[in-house]
Amino acid sequence: MLLVQVIVGGLLLGAIYALFSSGLTLIWGMMNFINFAHGEFVMLGMYVTLLVVVWLGGGPATFGFAAAFTLFVLGVVVYLSLIRYVLRGPMLAQILSTFGLALLLRYTAFWVFSANFVSLPQTSLSGTINIGGVLMPVPQLVAGLIAIVLTVSLHLMLTRTAVGSQLLAVAEDRSAAMLMGIRPDRMQALAWGLSAGAAGIAGALMAIAYPWSPSVGETFGLTAFVVVALGGFGSVPGALFAGLIIGLIQALSAFWFGPIYKDIVVYALFVALLWLRPQGLMGKA
Amino acid sequence: MVAATGPHGQSVKKIPALTPTVLLAAGLLLYPLVFSGPFYLDIGVTFLLAAISASAWNIVGGYAGQVSVGHAMFFGLGAYSPLLCYTLFGWAPIAGIPFGIAFSIALAVLIGIPTFRLTGHYFSMATIAVAELIRIYFGTWDLVGAAIGLQGPATARGWWDLTFRSELPYYYIFLAVLAILLCLTSMIERRRFGYYLRAIKAGERAARSLGVSVQQTKIRALALSAAFTSVAGSLYSVKTGFVDPESGFGILVSVQMVIIAALGGAGRLYGPLLGALILIPLQSATNTWFGGGGSGLTFILYGGIIVLIARYEPGGVFELWENVAPRIWRRKHAA
Repeated sequence: MLLVQVIVGGLLLGAIYALFSSGLTLIWGMMNFINFAHGEFVMLGMYVTLLVVVWLGGGPATFGFAAAFTLFVLGVVVYLSLIRYVLRGPMLAQILSTFGLALLLRYTAFWVFSANFVSLPQTSLSGTINIGGVLMPVPQLVAGLIAIVLTVSLHLMLTRTAVGSQLLAVAEDRSAAMLMGIRPDRMQALAWGLSAGAAGIAGALMAIAYPWSPSVGETFGLTAFVVVALGGFGSVPGALFAGLIIGLIQALSAFWFGPIYKDIVVYALFVALLWLRPQGLMGKA
Repeated sequence: MVAATGPHGQSVKKIPALTPTVLLAAGLLLYPLVFSGPFYLDIGVTFLLAAISASAWNIVGGYAGQVSVGHAMFFGLGAYSPLLCYTLFGWAPIAGIPFGIAFSIALAVLIGIPTFRLTGHYFSMATIAVAELIRIYFGTWDLVGAAIGLQGPATARGWWDLTFRSELPYYYIFLAVLAILLCLTSMIERRRFGYYLRAIKAGERAARSLGVSVQQTKIRALALSAAFTSVAGSLYSVKTGFVDPESGFGILVSVQMVIIAALGGAGRLYGPLLGALILIPLQSATNTWFGGGGSGLTFILYGGIIVLIARYEPGGVFELWENVAPRIWRRKHAA
């Protein structure tokens, strides 16, 4: 029974990984660009949640929306003020831009919020429920299920709506999309907004269920790399499955070897992937 | 030799290219004699160490354009090897330096082979992930002192322990290593290997179509860079007589190499030196102003500088100077 509980817990955390990793994979798929600050976006989403709950006393719907909206705006601003200028620059500028941004956000958060771990005060979501002998904390259950629903909706939005088709058209061929009357710059700004927004709402969901400190951004960023590498670059369904798998692997390795090994196992998996299947499970070579 | 002329046809006395090098060497050799106080000497030693690691990073990150953000893995291996040899076998710490180099080259090849087939972003991601993997693992590994780390000999058993009370011997040892590294880099600059590196940076597909074995060249550059980064790590741990996972493999070790090289000018011989010349005194100043709690602010500053370089001048201060200086010169002579 304990093992089942560990597995379910891992999958629920993995669902949140899937949500923020789908944001990272979206940017990669559209512009071959890796955002090193993506984990910091998740971290900021968590603090926005905390501030909304502490200052405004909002419920889950309020702070979820607040985190998503704030990070959406931040994503668009980052694209318009920084990313669009480095996109066609040298590789050094591309990598340094978001890497520097990550440091800036991480250490500003350290400075403002201090390095201590925090968690949300009691919300309406609390307690545990018993499903066939498996004890599940309600916050984790709700957060994980919402994350799956949102990741699937992101995928549906990309594949079934007009805006999604426009985004994919820009990803496919920038100049052809331009000839069809699509403005690539606007679409890429939207993609950055969606990507950061996904990270923000994933942060809000994470904040419901787990405590955190400013340093989680670094861990989440690396986790997102591994998820994207496993699922295949640019694939949202790939990110969903890979997120669940990574969550499961983390939970099992923490359970069997001890909590300190959960990240080691995941990063080692990343190195193994580099050698065995660099294009990921669902990616194209 | 053709007489050089300025933009308006007037003849300009050509400065021999060697002059800046001679001036730089003289300045670095004489620095400890002029600024002999322990505070200035400490800044000098820190500057040299930063310049060595950033110049080592520059070979693969600057010349070849393969941006590693996890070079701390080589620095850390180099830092741990001497102290591990001392702890396990009681050897003089410097005897461990070759092991650090060997491990670093092996690791470089291990990372280079799979990632260099893919785009540059993938290499950057892999370097940061591997560096973090090693850092966390060393923190749990009892042989290397786990989270506490390793210590060197408390008192020197002989000169070969390289444990000096004064910073002066370290200054000149570090300076010698920096000189060797820069000589090697300037030799590479003028040889086929250096042209290959720059060709790869400018356009990998074009380089390949001209017959450059891209994969092999990149791996060689990474291995060479890793070897010297490892030496920098060894020098650090021999001097301080202490290393732990954070000071060896911490992400900020990697950050410092990247920021110093990029600030001065990545892919230029003296770029890292210029970067270190700006950043190390700045770092020392912020630490003094903000006190012990200022380290966080230092990293906010680092992040800000990196973003500004990426956005406005990826060529660093050297390129900024080259763009601005002719404009000033022209304005002065237009009147």
